[in-house]
Amino acid sequence: MARTRYASDPGLIARMGATMFLIGLVFTGFFIALYFALFEYGKSKGGGAGDGLVVIVVLIGLVAAFISYYWSDKIALNTARARLVTPQQEPKLHGIIDRICALADMPKPRVAISPVSMPNAFATGRSSKVAVVCVTEGLLQRLDDKELEGVLAHEMSHVAHKDVAVMTIASFLGIIAALLVRFAFYSELFGGGRGRGGGRGGNNGNALPVILIVMVIGMVVYAISFLLIRLLSRYRELSADRSGALLTGQPSALASALVKVTGDIARIPTRDLRQAEPLNAFYFTPALSGQKGQTSLSNLFSTHPSLEKRLAQLDKISKQLGSSAGS
Amino acid sequence: MGFLDALLGRTKPVPPNLDALFALPSAAITLQAATDFTPTGTGSVCFRAAEGKAFSDIEKEVRELLNMGEDKTPVEVSADSYGFTWLVCHHSANDIEGLVTDLHAVNSSLENGGFGPQLLCTILGFRDEAGHPLGLVYLYKRGTFYPFAPQPGERRDNATELRIRGALGDDLKIEPDLGRWFPVWGAPGV
Repeated sequence: MARTRYASDPGLIARMGATMFLIGLVFTGFFIALYFALFEYGKSKGGGAGDGLVVIVVLIGLVAAFISYYWSDKIALNTARARLVTPQQEPKLHGIIDRICALADMPKPRVAISPVSMPNAFATGRSSKVAVVCVTEGLLQRLDDKELEGVLAHEMSHVAHKDVAVMTIASFLGIIAALLVRFAFYSELFGGGRGRGGGRGGNNGNALPVILIVMVIGMVVYAISFLLIRLLSRYRELSADRSGALLTGQPSALASALVKVTGDIARIPTRDLRQAEPLNAFYFTPALSGQKGQTSLSNLFSTHPSLEKRLAQLDKISKQLGSSAGS
Repeated sequence: MGFLDALLGRTKPVPPNLDALFALPSAAITLQAATDFTPTGTGSVCFRAAEGKAFSDIEKEVRELLNMGEDKTPVEVSADSYGFTWLVCHHSANDIEGLVTDLHAVNSSLENGGFGPQLLCTILGFRDEAGHPLGLVYLYKRGTFYPFAPQPGERRDNATELRIRGALGDDLKIEPDLGRWFPVWGAPGV
């Protein structure tokens, strides 16, 4: 039996699994709490003020998640003003991706270039059949071929891990909770018996606490799920770094690309990048990265792990690959 | 890749499938009978060198191993512009079996060193009477073959490639997905 040098990282997998489990747990707890607040509590008080609201919110959330899932590639490409390129137009880029596909046994994604001078790359698309890998012109100019290959291998790992699907499903909970808070807030402001007919008229006093409870649940769930989703996103970035580095066998090339790209991005003023924000979760490095000495609190909220953490992981892989002992 | 692996972001490098290579000698005979393509006696193995001493040690070992045999031209090593390494072996045109054995030795050395996933492809070179080149490309990760007929100016002779597919369909497992017939421009040995 052939030996393998590609040790998996059980710690990373365990942490990611735990995060997903927590997201699932919060999701379940959220609906149980909603159920009790709306139906049990509402029934005992004689008013059913919020149940219709929840149905509407869940429906809107489903539609929003569905749209961002099905049209993720088009939305992302439009936002980045990217255009698809053929092998004739970009033989080098296609050649590198061809070889990564052959090494990784993956179907070839479409390739796009975004006319942005900031060096970055992202992958999107709900399945590997419709996936698009997009690089910016700034990236093509600044990186050499080895570094470009490392970045592309990282993006292809996102495609292989189905990160668009995983993150869409994970974000669904957050969307629902946020919508619920907003709707509950507005129905409290303007609702006041309008549209609910006579059934509610006499019980106006009871509807208020139910809506308030729903709002509080929504806010708490939104806060927790926001942190968990960011955590999940950071773990998936580390995973993609890891898979990409192992695929090309060149962790150092990816590390040097990371240093180049993050160094450049941090220097460029971020004010005109507001439209890049929705894409951040799928970028190679976040476009709106903070100052040099990031505090641990801002790390908690960021979609990408800190540069130090990513470089440390790549160092470890490089050592594993180079050790003559194998294992 | 399994559902759980995708969910946990745990892609493992794909191990190569090595034994299908030994179908090449009989396929070469079929190809000679059905078309006017004959083997050139040149074959090459392409892999992605990993960084670090462990890999360079193995690479050196492989070169020494292949150069040891008597009355052989030594293997050539070349790097292409994509950062991949090619080991090119030359044999006489009618010794395809010896050539395939050499190519297989490269594979097994890399695999025994734990670098099997670094293997990209193996190419066996052919020529027709007019001198047009043809490569039979073996994709390690798919365990499948496909023909690659390059023409000057980075164009491919798709008609010839499809004709070869028809001729070899019974001897080799031809890659069914045409989208994976990746071009390998300027490959040594084609």
